[in-house]
Amino acid sequence: MNIAVLSGKGGTGKTMVSVNLAKVAGTSAYVDCDVEEPNGHLYLKPKEVVSEEVSVLVPRSDPDKCDGCRECIEFCRFNAMVYTLDRVKVFNEMCHSCGGCAVICPQEAITEHPRAIGRVESGISGDVHVRTGVMDVGEVAGLPIIARLLQNPSVSEEDLTFIDCPPGSSCSVMESIKDADFCVLVTEPTIFGAHNLDVVVELSRAFNKPFGVILNKDIEGEANPSEEYCSERNIPVLGRIPFDRELSDITSEARIASEESAEFREMFRKILDNILEMTA
Amino acid sequence: MKQLLILSGKGGSGKTTVAGALIRLFEARACADCDVDAPNLHLILKYDGTEERKDYFGLPKARIDEGTCTMCGLCSEMCRFDAVNVGITTTVDARVCEGCGLCEVICPVGAIEMRPAVAGDIRLFTDPEKGIFSTAQLRVGNGTSGLLVTEVKKQMVKAGGGEELAIIDGSPGIGCPVIASISGVDMVLIVAEPSVSGLSDMERILDTAKGLKAHSVVCVNKADLNARLTKRIRERCEEREVPYIGEIPYDPEAVKAVNRGLTLADADSPAGDAVRDIFGRVEELLFGETA
Repeated sequence: MNIAVLSGKGGTGKTMVSVNLAKVAGTSAYVDCDVEEPNGHLYLKPKEVVSEEVSVLVPRSDPDKCDGCRECIEFCRFNAMVYTLDRVKVFNEMCHSCGGCAVICPQEAITEHPRAIGRVESGISGDVHVRTGVMDVGEVAGLPIIARLLQNPSVSEEDLTFIDCPPGSSCSVMESIKDADFCVLVTEPTIFGAHNLDVVVELSRAFNKPFGVILNKDIEGEANPSEEYCSERNIPVLGRIPFDRELSDITSEARIASEESAEFREMFRKILDNILEMTA
Repeated sequence: MKQLLILSGKGGSGKTTVAGALIRLFEARACADCDVDAPNLHLILKYDGTEERKDYFGLPKARIDEGTCTMCGLCSEMCRFDAVNVGITTTVDARVCEGCGLCEVICPVGAIEMRPAVAGDIRLFTDPEKGIFSTAQLRVGNGTSGLLVTEVKKQMVKAGGGEELAIIDGSPGIGCPVIASISGVDMVLIVAEPSVSGLSDMERILDTAKGLKAHSVVCVNKADLNARLTKRIRERCEEREVPYIGEIPYDPEAVKAVNRGLTLADADSPAGDAVRDIFGRVEELLFGETA
């Protein structure tokens, strides 16, 4: 079963929640889809890491065959091609790899060639199978890396796979939750957190995914705009993680709280039980 | 017009909080929120005056005319984004259609047309006292955030071009919306978080900005939450020859201020003092010693 962890707003605790849930789940998989800024591996410190390159296809035009008709340039809606100095020049970063230019070129002058944009690293951390996507610095879109990450599940279907999503709600988040069975929305007690929670609630609904909310950094006795948001809309709350200096210290050092204290282990275990109950 | 962009790599390190405070302290009369996925700056800036709202059209989406379609399946076969499904009818999943237009060109019976699609909205606030504020919200299920970021910045420059300084709040990450937001700015202020994750993310955003030849400076937010990593970030900045311009302590009052719709600049607290120091450094670096 795939459980996606997302948040809209960054820094609400997606990675901290994902790695702790994976650790209390026993045999499980953790997949880091935040390919722009992957951090789960810093916590899980996987061993026996195998790295595979991820590439996309980009076009190249053969100047000997090209007759300068510019049909490719007119076709490309991503403005990835220009005709200059008697040849077609391709801006690789702008290309979406649709392959259209190669199909439509009347001279068959265009061929496609792989270009590396990042890598997928697979390793093991105790019982947790860890897969991390890393986009190369300077690249614009990590979508193909996310697709590759989720292509081959590293555990069987009965086991849990935790998908740590990028922040926001755009294409990379959609790709990450596409095959999720349940969405865990992590939020914080600020008006920013509540505002962005609304966006991922809408996203989960648009994809017909069941979901629940984790109220992170909750301060007892203080107003929690995210909690108010949930109670007004009858959105299920999976658990509450208090703002706690010890937890913050452990997390800032990229250590795993559920491995360091029975209290935190129990807290994440309960959250996991609530998720499993909702998906049963 | 000088442009100052606030970024962080890692989300939640305090970009918007710092941006809001600097806007207040500089009395910046041109501002923009380029975090079009999850915009928040408007929640603390509170502009009065007029609001102009326009539809933002991303790339067009394929639309298949059922009556004309012969269900040959060529479009589905050729689509690299798996956006076309052949079932009882041929349908396009608009959420994954990237708008390349290949299906339109290759359809043997001309059943496919690329149709403009609203991908979000773009807003311009004009306040006689505070100046202009350009912001946008991408609609759920759309992906062309880089283009929208460019539109937000264009709108800001067009409406506020005469102003001395523009302050722009960016988005987390290092990908397309971030790269779009960096283009043309005079300084990138990176708000780093003192954690192992925050350090790693700072290195990646610094590399990204450097690749685009942007001038970056760094400050640390919630610095006292992990003194060891704050020190490490400062050392890394020295090694990379990136100006390190200040540290903001964790301040529970700051959270309360933000929830009341105020900025850190309004706070009479150590965090407020720290952000005022950072303001001084940024002013010095942007406008020179005499400013």
